[in-house]
Amino acid sequence: MITIHDALILTPDGPVPGDLTVEGDRIAALATGNADTHIDARGGWVGPGLVDLHTHLREPGFEWKEDIRSGSRAGSVGGYTALVAMPNTSPAIDAGHLARFVTDRGREAGLLEVMPAGAITMGRENQALAHLDELFAAGVRVFTDDGDGVADAGLLRHAMEYLAERGGVVAQHAEDPGLGRGGHMHEGLVSSRLGIRGLPSLAEETMIARDLALVRLTGVRYHAQHVSSAGSVELIDEAKRAGLPVTAEVTPHHLNFDHSRVESMEPCFKMYPPLRTAEDVAAVGGALAAGIIDVVATDHAPHAEHECEVPFEEAPRGVIGLETAAAAVLTAIELSAIGFFQKMSVIPASIAGLASQGQWIEEGAPANLMVFDPEAVWVPERFASKSQNSPFRGIKLKGKVMATIFAGRITHQVSS
Amino acid sequence: MKHLLSMSDLDRAAIEELLDLADHFAEVLDRDIPKVPAMRGATVATLFFETSTRTRLSFEKAAKALSADLLNFTPSTSSLSKGESLKDTVLTVQAMGVDLMVVRHGAVGAPARVASWVDCSVVNAGDGAHQHPTQALLDALTIRRRFGKLDGLRIAIVGDIRNSRVARSNIDAFTTLGASVTLVAPPTLLPFHVDSYPVATTADLDSILGDLDVVYMLRVQLERGSGPVLPSLPEYVSRFGLDRRRFLQLGKEAVVMHPGPMNRGIEIAPDVADDPRSLITDQVSNGVATRMAVLFRLLKGKGQL
Amino acid sequence: MIQTTPVQVMDGADVRRAIRRIAHEICERHHGAEHLVLVGIHTRGVPIAEEIARAISEFEDTHVPVGELDVGFYRDDLDHRPTTRLGRTLLPVDVTEETVILVDDVLYTGRTIRAALDAISDLGRPATVELAVLIDRGHRQLPIRADFVGKNLPTSIEERVTVRVENVDKEQGVWIERPRS
Repeated sequence: MITIHDALILTPDGPVPGDLTVEGDRIAALATGNADTHIDARGGWVGPGLVDLHTHLREPGFEWKEDIRSGSRAGSVGGYTALVAMPNTSPAIDAGHLARFVTDRGREAGLLEVMPAGAITMGRENQALAHLDELFAAGVRVFTDDGDGVADAGLLRHAMEYLAERGGVVAQHAEDPGLGRGGHMHEGLVSSRLGIRGLPSLAEETMIARDLALVRLTGVRYHAQHVSSAGSVELIDEAKRAGLPVTAEVTPHHLNFDHSRVESMEPCFKMYPPLRTAEDVAAVGGALAAGIIDVVATDHAPHAEHECEVPFEEAPRGVIGLETAAAAVLTAIELSAIGFFQKMSVIPASIAGLASQGQWIEEGAPANLMVFDPEAVWVPERFASKSQNSPFRGIKLKGKVMATIFAGRITHQVSS
Repeated sequence: MKHLLSMSDLDRAAIEELLDLADHFAEVLDRDIPKVPAMRGATVATLFFETSTRTRLSFEKAAKALSADLLNFTPSTSSLSKGESLKDTVLTVQAMGVDLMVVRHGAVGAPARVASWVDCSVVNAGDGAHQHPTQALLDALTIRRRFGKLDGLRIAIVGDIRNSRVARSNIDAFTTLGASVTLVAPPTLLPFHVDSYPVATTADLDSILGDLDVVYMLRVQLERGSGPVLPSLPEYVSRFGLDRRRFLQLGKEAVVMHPGPMNRGIEIAPDVADDPRSLITDQVSNGVATRMAVLFRLLKGKGQL
Repeated sequence: MIQTTPVQVMDGADVRRAIRRIAHEICERHHGAEHLVLVGIHTRGVPIAEEIARAISEFEDTHVPVGELDVGFYRDDLDHRPTTRLGRTLLPVDVTEETVILVDDVLYTGRTIRAALDAISDLGRPATVELAVLIDRGHRQLPIRADFVGKNLPTSIEERVTVRVENVDKEQGVWIERPRS
């Protein structure tokens, strides 16, 4: 039994100051209880545990970067009680037994709920459809070839038609292979001065535009991953106004950094989509605040230290983000407590169909919670993840996860 | 300053100091004993991950003329091809007691990364399409020795600018020293967002020949991927090559430069390359003096760059 | 901030006289002015060398060539001293088999002269090398001595000797600055 004292509780009717008690895996009462464990929230927010629609846990196949256990630990440090694990593992998650493997490993680690995403094409090779039915039966609801986009429009159309009928959401990593070929950073002023081949915003925007036409045709639920450009925001806005079933996500790093960071040549600023211009950063931040972009997703992409000790062009793409996401979002844009939990927990849970996640706090709700001090200032240095490739290292952030509770157990707590 | 990684790190005063220093070393190289003991006891290592004979030999000569000891590292004979990472390689070299590393690498920013891993000084001898600062310094020195100054000079850089580290460094150096620079290339070989650069551009070489003080020809880089963006080599040569006909349209005092190695008969006609108004061999000899100045300033003129 | 009171020990006329005396001594020692090369060490050794040559040409019918030497690249204390502005090195004649007379304004530790000897030996092979200085202030750290001295000026290490000469400075003279405690 756990009592959290002096909290600002995020109830279905809005934030309410008070205490709350957890018993078993449920919220017992919005009051003090006969608890043996106490957490002092000191006026901080207590809301539903965060849900990440986009995490790379690297298992099976790349365990030197991260595995499901270490990734779960990183997630719980970041206030997450659920992660949707991307399928670009080795082997790719394109069949039911592989999805079940991921779910089981997540359950063994026991720190949060791991929901595997399934590939759209076999092996993510853009040739034939993956075993979509098997994956669906194994609990997969988010389908993506992430790491790559599905370049073959005909293949994507088939997948969309199938999933529109079956259920589930098609999540797309929008990167046109031709327009993006050989690029390492945003194609712009900085790449021009540095002499580095660039990735134009068009590589993202052309694929989104094409996909939206297919969404109109098929009616499938579509989720635009890691939106990074003002042009993409416009396309998504237009699609939503036309009533298409479209959602979108943005990463914490795209809310905070522009391409001028790449001048340092450090691989912790290399990812896809690349960091773009200051105008793009403002556009995606504004879009998140206005709801055109629905959620924050980390695209947590661990790479081992030795893999990053190389020149920028040779470095792998991607940065970690689970442990800094909440703070990074609040450092970049102003959000109310309600807005914060909506975009980082409630809406992501609903997109993925995670029934026991993302629920406002009330008696009887599942005890998947996060205690957050929105005023704490801190500087991240070392991470619980196996990998340390973070662009936020050494940067002052505002807002800190003080405790995370999953299924009624404390999975993370900051010692006072 | 501890490193020389990019021309953009040097302001006008710093560049002129280096050029003045290079003039002194040019005089040293003219002596019967072209050597001074200034860097006796220091060790310079060259780490060339991209093949280059001329630049490496130039740095070698510079180090030896300063009485420094030299360590040469080439990847084909090294464990890098056995999979040792760049970081481990440079740390191994550093452990042998090295005061300065000269690094050339195919990836942009590699010398900057090396500088973040080691305690010694690092000189960028060319990183991808990014910068080649000692080339720009020797080019600026060559022009200064011919014309006295760069202020107000009209310089055209011709060729694959987009993929040229020499061009990027030269744009920085020449504009900082007050010259006006025109880039001559087809649009596919100009840098992106070139209108934000402090230069003029044209694809019509003939239209500006008569007004130039310096024509700087870049090598057509078939190995760094100019490939598919050029319609064909003969077309390129007819529009942008410096043949005899174009050479005769230059002003009487105008000079021709090229960073080498030349594709004779492609971007530059053989007889033009050998003409007295071509400063190509001057560039090479100024290269040693310039590199001596850089090595000397980084190791001995502490805190003064 | 250390307070100093500069005391002038030679005025412009004194300097001129000292230089003329050195010129005479040189000609006396060498029975004339043949096969001599005066090499001034930057910065103030150069105008002093030129002045010596001018004086010699007045009483001998010989024009003694004057060279300039910058020893910046030969110093052994480059890590400890900031590199001051470099002057050029220019020898108007081949010094091999000639008598080189190095000329400097102040002889102190001797390190500048040691560097100059190294430099000269890289530039040629003179028959003899001699040294003429306007001021010898003592405190040698190396076995170096001057052949011709304008003035001996015993000093303490805390003191600073300043020489100014025409063509380089606005005035001419020698000052000692003694720090006030």
